[in-house]
Amino acid sequence: MAIGWYLAVSALIFSIGAAGVLVRRNPLVILLCLELMLNAANLALIAFARMHGSGDGQIFALIVMVVAACEVTIGLGLIVAIHRRRLPIDVDELRELRG
Amino acid sequence: MAEVLFFVAALGAIAGAIGVVAIRNPFYSVLALVAHLLSLAALFLLLRAEFVAAAQVVVYAGAVMVLYVFVVAYIGGEDRPIGGPGPALPGLAPLFAVALFVELCVATLGSGLKAIDSEGAGYEPGFGSPAEIGELFLTRFLLPFEVASYLLLVAAVGGVILARRRRGLDPEADEAGGPPIAVGDLFRLGPEVGTQAESAGVVQDRRDRESRQKEEGW
Repeated sequence: MAIGWYLAVSALIFSIGAAGVLVRRNPLVILLCLELMLNAANLALIAFARMHGSGDGQIFALIVMVVAACEVTIGLGLIVAIHRRRLPIDVDELRELRG
Repeated sequence: MAEVLFFVAALGAIAGAIGVVAIRNPFYSVLALVAHLLSLAALFLLLRAEFVAAAQVVVYAGAVMVLYVFVVAYIGGEDRPIGGPGPALPGLAPLFAVALFVELCVATLGSGLKAIDSEGAGYEPGFGSPAEIGELFLTRFLLPFEVASYLLLVAAVGGVILARRRRGLDPEADEAGGPPIAVGDLFRLGPEVGTQAESAGVVQDRRDRESRQKEEGW
């Protein structure tokens, strides 16, 4: 398969993830949609690594996976802290900082 | 054969992504994301990224998703329906997504790179194997590797600080009565903070008793 097909799939997954971040209100699902976007970027990186025949893009993808794992840890910690304080798990309600 | 595999895996990945966004129950969203990640690992294999595909299945679909499942089980609850009352943003979101997709396709496919229409450059036999990835990590990319390990350490400590129980097992004490989370918390932790004694409420009980004794003039 030509590399362009992989890039098209990656663009489609990234758009779906971005739409999910805008549409959903549960912060847990928003984190899942962020994962979708990071994975779409990973697919593009690996497709370009294949295009150039060098391993650098794969290293970049692995680093992106590390960053995603950190983001998940902090995000889920925040969600658990929100739940502990009996606040609503809803990004529309959690707008104390909005002024 | 590769074409058939590509279309099956790509359809699986896209269907999983749509499932994550469209399913109301967060638990099934997580399961859809697992399916999406497995299809994506198949795409990685088609691109000769064996090690990344294995890491994707083990680390992502295995460990990270288990974390998600635990938090969903802890919190539970269903999301409000999509497009219910609220700001007008959900109506614009599909439009934004389509615009983003077109823009990304123009940016990547219209970039004029000749190799995009090819199957990729030739590669050496060990391309994408654990040996090559490990060699790159320990030679050319040593600094990013070390920085990533520090990042993981910081995130692990941060996760524990954010999610730890502050007032023991008393559920009412957690209810908006506890002290707010602050960076300063890190610098005035006593020797007992973060221990099992604190989470079982032993430390708080002793503090209460001591303050009571002080008030009564012992």
